[in-house]
Amino acid sequence: MNQQATDFSVIGTRPPRVDAAEKVIGRAKYGMDAQVPGVTYGKVLRSPHAHARIVSIDTGKAEALAGVYAVVTADDLLSPETREKLREEDNIHALREYELTLAHDKVLFEGHPIAAVAARTPTLAEQAVKLIEVEYEVLPAVVGILDAMRDDAPLLHEMMHTESLAGKSEKPSNVASYFQQIKGDPEQGFAKADVVVEREFRSLMVHQGYIEPHAATAEWSPTGKLTLYTTTQGTFAVRDHVVSLLHIPMSDTRVISLEVGGAFGGKNNSFVDAVAALLARKARRPVKVTMSRAETLLGTGPSSGTVIRVKMGATREGHITATQATLYYEAGAYPGSPVGSGVNVMFGPYDISHVQVEGYDIVNNKPPIASYRAPGATPANFAIEVVIDEIAEKIGMDPLEFRLLNSAREGTEQIFGEIHHDIGAIEVLEAAKAHPHYSAPLAGSSKDGRRGRGVAHGYWGNWGARSSCTITVNPDGTVALVTGSVDVTGTRTSLAMQAAEILCLDLDQVKSSVGDTDNIGYSDVSAGSRTTIATGQAVIQAAQEVIAKMCARAATIWEVPVETITFEGGIFATNADKKKRMTFAELAAQLPQTGNTVIGVANVDVREWGAAFGTHIVDVEVDPETGLVTLLRYTAVQDVGKAIHPTQVEGQIQGGAVQGIGWALYEGYTYNAEGKLLNPNFLDYKLPTALDVPPIDTVIVEVPYPKHPFGARGVGEVPIIPPPAAIANAIYRAIGARVDVLPMTPGRILEAMGVMG
Amino acid sequence: MIKKVLVSATINGESTEFLCEPQQSLLEVLRDVLNLTGAKEGCNDGNCGACSVLLDGRLVNSCLVLAAEIEGRTVTTVEGLASWEGLHPLQQSFIEQDALQCGYCTPGMLIAAKALLDRNPDPTDEEIRTWLAGNLCRCTGYDKIVRAVRAAARQMKD
Repeated sequence: MNQQATDFSVIGTRPPRVDAAEKVIGRAKYGMDAQVPGVTYGKVLRSPHAHARIVSIDTGKAEALAGVYAVVTADDLLSPETREKLREEDNIHALREYELTLAHDKVLFEGHPIAAVAARTPTLAEQAVKLIEVEYEVLPAVVGILDAMRDDAPLLHEMMHTESLAGKSEKPSNVASYFQQIKGDPEQGFAKADVVVEREFRSLMVHQGYIEPHAATAEWSPTGKLTLYTTTQGTFAVRDHVVSLLHIPMSDTRVISLEVGGAFGGKNNSFVDAVAALLARKARRPVKVTMSRAETLLGTGPSSGTVIRVKMGATREGHITATQATLYYEAGAYPGSPVGSGVNVMFGPYDISHVQVEGYDIVNNKPPIASYRAPGATPANFAIEVVIDEIAEKIGMDPLEFRLLNSAREGTEQIFGEIHHDIGAIEVLEAAKAHPHYSAPLAGSSKDGRRGRGVAHGYWGNWGARSSCTITVNPDGTVALVTGSVDVTGTRTSLAMQAAEILCLDLDQVKSSVGDTDNIGYSDVSAGSRTTIATGQAVIQAAQEVIAKMCARAATIWEVPVETITFEGGIFATNADKKKRMTFAELAAQLPQTGNTVIGVANVDVREWGAAFGTHIVDVEVDPETGLVTLLRYTAVQDVGKAIHPTQVEGQIQGGAVQGIGWALYEGYTYNAEGKLLNPNFLDYKLPTALDVPPIDTVIVEVPYPKHPFGARGVGEVPIIPPPAAIANAIYRAIGARVDVLPMTPGRILEAMGVMG
Repeated sequence: MIKKVLVSATINGESTEFLCEPQQSLLEVLRDVLNLTGAKEGCNDGNCGACSVLLDGRLVNSCLVLAAEIEGRTVTTVEGLASWEGLHPLQQSFIEQDALQCGYCTPGMLIAAKALLDRNPDPTDEEIRTWLAGNLCRCTGYDKIVRAVRAAARQMKD
């Protein structure tokens, strides 16, 4: 299946990840593991109400408790004058950062931070938080998506008006923005259709579910220098956030990322860093702030719940003639849902001439959403892939054949005008179709179980953006690779492999680490499947610079022109004198005596958006008595361009697929009418366990991505996209009824079967 | 002011004495008092397994055990698995099978897997999955973890 490139020596191999040993012996230090002498403990007071005005806050009793070193509220963060100025400027985006750190006059979701304390022990900090007296005027809350759009819905932000191409709405609204995109002539397209399917889909807010809660430890020196140890996807993002909120010099602020215990987009944002810094400054002692699991579910950034309507028409021969879609994405308390990205990935895999699509970004009284692996994609994919399955069934065509017929190809124009180039969509669909799983008989465990097989196909791109890296040559012939990209997926290894390939070294000769904001250049968050690709390009450039500088040094040592120096297979040689040759290690040993070591440096800002596709096949068994869905077999096919480290690629695909399975079957924020989250723990917000999922078989397809020197594509996000649709389509085949709500719980399955409801 | 209690226990093979508050969990004491930060806090209510340790050889969530309860007892944490002579076969296998990504659940997984192999040296994949169902992993999708436990079991038998 793999289009193997055979001329690599490190790329495409499966070495142990460079961070594995420290992790299995329990020595790797994560956010909570920061050990700073004299550390004290911070705790945040959070709103019990989903929507309320803060009438007053009295911190007197908390401050009076022995062992309490500091109590902070919004007044410690922002003067009333600046706040008023931002309000007058209508600057909701600047206000958001302040208000999410510590609420001012209003709380907008249960769990909204209001105040924080630092105390000698965690127990004291918890006691002190309970002594803070807050008087609330409770306001009506709105937790539904469409409910928030109603004229009589309680307004979260009195100054927010709907933004669209038409300008700003006259009346304030919970709809932050609206867009419409039209391609071709949808009306004419639908007129040509022999079959039309129209459905509405719903999904709930879900959480990234990283096992490590957020934690930050802040320490100030008496000279005003701040050091922050944190768990984040981007040290520079945290630095910029804290510097702007606390109005402190960038040069006085150092952010060090510890190991990150899972992130999946949820640690792009900063939640406790500024509070830790604020408390530590006031307490004049180091402060560690950690979130509990409940705080993590309540007070961070989950992913949008959605309502999506799709109407699709096709001819009997299997051509999609037109599609109309309306996407309503909740953003939680502040604008910024990934509805645009939802639209993009919904239509990205297909070549459809006539499309009309509308998108709404809606605020409501829930936590403000953050990124979650392929933001916005999974619910949109669920909607379109179920409709496609239904159309294929109606015209009696194989669902993969139908997708192949309508697939995007070289030169296909996407919904927002981008053109697909060098994509592997067809190759992935063909590989899925040819896979033994697709033609195997359905095998199940029980006599009564109803079984079905489903497929779904999804698309995501890889972000580029800014990355920095240095490579320093050591006299023993090894190199030290430092990048500014926090390692959340094994990128210390995949980046070191790229350096080793260029430098003709073994992987264990490249010591790979993540720098902090004091010792490496600006690097964007490790997100959007970008690190192996974009930071990889920085690494390759820096390695090439190392070679160029070492060639120059060889020329100096041998007293020959630099143009005569070659580097091949780890050997420096010169055309001027065939007898002269040095290995990388031999030249490295001479560097200290011939002008000091050599350092390669690279900064990049990658602007290309490369596309990657994945097709999933799943067999399910539904228990007709209980509605319980069991996954019998699962295969995920994906184009990864070139697998830098095939084992880690498999791990990304398996992990992403299982998150998608959780989204499909178990996970979802459940609120009552007052906006209280009913399941802020891992018992009631259920993640898939080892027992819930089958082994995920992976098929790696390699259609090289020409913009990356080794052909690699982003891997991490695609696999979370198809699972809900694939499982829903399999459930349909099993029970003969469509489920259009996520998660597809046993109750909803029984309801669809007409047994309940 | 809460009065602290003095506790004596054997932790990773060494006799240890520590002071703790009566309401402090074993997890808090391991991490904050004894600087054994290998056991992780993921939920603090027994649902994620990241804090798994062995208490007298039995698998427990250390967040659900009071530190004062371990008086006179024996605790093994992830830090007690490897020795200077080398890694435990499970640790070696987790590295070889790439059975970890972020690594946050790994200490608990390793301890839980050890408890399984101590009882059942030759588990089936189904038995491995059932035993590890109390340990959440959000990165790997579990497949490589199951393979690693299976491979370690085979190696330990040989």
